[in-house]
Amino acid sequence: MNRPSRPDSAAPTVARPLLASRVEAGFPSPADDYVERTLDLNEEVITHPAATFFLRAGGRSMQGAGIHDGDLLVVDRSRDPEEGMVVVAVVDGEFTVKRLDRSEHGPILRAEHPGYAPIPIGPDTEVVIWGVVTWVLHRP
Amino acid sequence: MYALVDCNNFYASCERVFQPELEGRPVIVLSNNDGCVVARSQEAKDVGIGMGEPLFKCRERIRRHRIAVRSSNYALYEDMSRRVVQTIMRFIPDLEIYSIDEVFLDLDPLAGRDLETLCRTARATVRRWTGIPVSVGLGPTRTLAKLANRIAKRSPDADGVCTFPTDETHRTRVLESVAIEDVWGIGRRWAKRLHRIGIHTALDMSRAPATEIRRNFNIVAMHTALELRGVPCGELETDPPLRQTLVRSRSFGSMVSEWDDLSEAIASHAIRAAEKLRHENARAGHLTVFIHTNRFRDELPQYSGSGGCELLPPTSTTPVILARALAIGRRLWRAGFQYKKAGVMLSEITRGPTQGGLFEQRDERRDDRLMNTMDRINLKMGSGTLRPAASSFTPRRWTMNQDHRSPRFTTRWDELPRTR
Repeated sequence: MNRPSRPDSAAPTVARPLLASRVEAGFPSPADDYVERTLDLNEEVITHPAATFFLRAGGRSMQGAGIHDGDLLVVDRSRDPEEGMVVVAVVDGEFTVKRLDRSEHGPILRAEHPGYAPIPIGPDTEVVIWGVVTWVLHRP
Repeated sequence: MYALVDCNNFYASCERVFQPELEGRPVIVLSNNDGCVVARSQEAKDVGIGMGEPLFKCRERIRRHRIAVRSSNYALYEDMSRRVVQTIMRFIPDLEIYSIDEVFLDLDPLAGRDLETLCRTARATVRRWTGIPVSVGLGPTRTLAKLANRIAKRSPDADGVCTFPTDETHRTRVLESVAIEDVWGIGRRWAKRLHRIGIHTALDMSRAPATEIRRNFNIVAMHTALELRGVPCGELETDPPLRQTLVRSRSFGSMVSEWDDLSEAIASHAIRAAEKLRHENARAGHLTVFIHTNRFRDELPQYSGSGGCELLPPTSTTPVILARALAIGRRLWRAGFQYKKAGVMLSEITRGPTQGGLFEQRDERRDDRLMNTMDRINLKMGSGTLRPAASSFTPRRWTMNQDHRSPRFTTRWDELPRTR
């Protein structure tokens, strides 16, 4: 999707559509008038290329949010994490995906699976919000 | 006004972004071949790991301080470098990429704005978006921006950003505190000669008569002296500079002694160098080949050799460069030595159409078409699909050692970071 390139060629790739029919003098296909540019998924999914990273989801803790083992996460580090967002966080030196939420004791990371306890975010826990999950690509 | 943005401990910082368990632990990154240390996190510097130290000399400290060791992962570093530059460009569009972890900024188009604050915002944004910590030095010349960057890195008060002082006393004090060998562009050899004529600090250099520096050294040294005074010399090279030489070399994974193994390595470097040359639409007028044994193994017999030849007319044609490189290599090779490294250097690089020699026998246009086709097939089917028979089909003993490489987190679908 987002191939690495030199800064000077960092402009988005432009895919050129093939003409729908062969050009034959005298008989242009009326369909050629409707040829449009192709769709580039990057345009829809990535707003800040420099700040966007892909991660692979592991485990079942976010099944309730529709995130399954092996799904592709699009993570935007330029977004401010807000309550209710799904985020990638670093807990005890490991990446985890959870929903940023609030309990009566303060902010927490909430799993969306009954088997997982919420993780409190406080001065005595080592939790860092790494980025905001903006899209999930799931193979049905 | 210029600024220099320098990524702190860049390779180690890249490793940390995707391996958060390395946070707070000393991290070192090894050279191409896991031979020696090329990058250190602050913690690794603090426990006394030196730049360029051979890995085998660090083993004991690595164990004692639980130092995390990584092979260089250039796919990752290049991608992160590109992201850092893209982020800075949102704030300051006129920049020169000086190296993989340094960018010079031209702040003149933004005159009238609070430049230090702008740089602080850019710095904080780079940190948040990419995870890479950077330091920024601002100054009226690039040499002074580089000095200010040193202060930004070392002084906790600076908080990562420092403007070179404008008032005379402060300015003098800073220049006095910088040893001449720490000034940008002054190598060890020049420093020695400068000491001999009584120039020991950046302040001495800035006060030396420019004409004398030029007479004793050259125009580059004179520019350094002027830049230390605050007189800018030379524009930012916002277009990448055209290279003058092109080197392809690599240490062997394990040492080789036979000509067969050595020649394959030389052939592979020659082919890659020629490819790179064509990619830049350039031709080389001179070719050098070098080989040497392992200087850290002083119990083994030592040998090093290099040799070169003119390429007339200048060329980028693989068979020509390859044949000459192998001929030189064959002359250099001596039996009975364990070789550690081989390389190929192309120099006297020119661009644009060649002036065909009157008595040239090769049909250069035919060569160009052939090379063009080969490059296109290799680009499409994968590097090395088509290659002259002199380079081997299977990687042999001379391929790289990369025992500790982390995944290519940002450039390979099957190596993405995983969440738990």
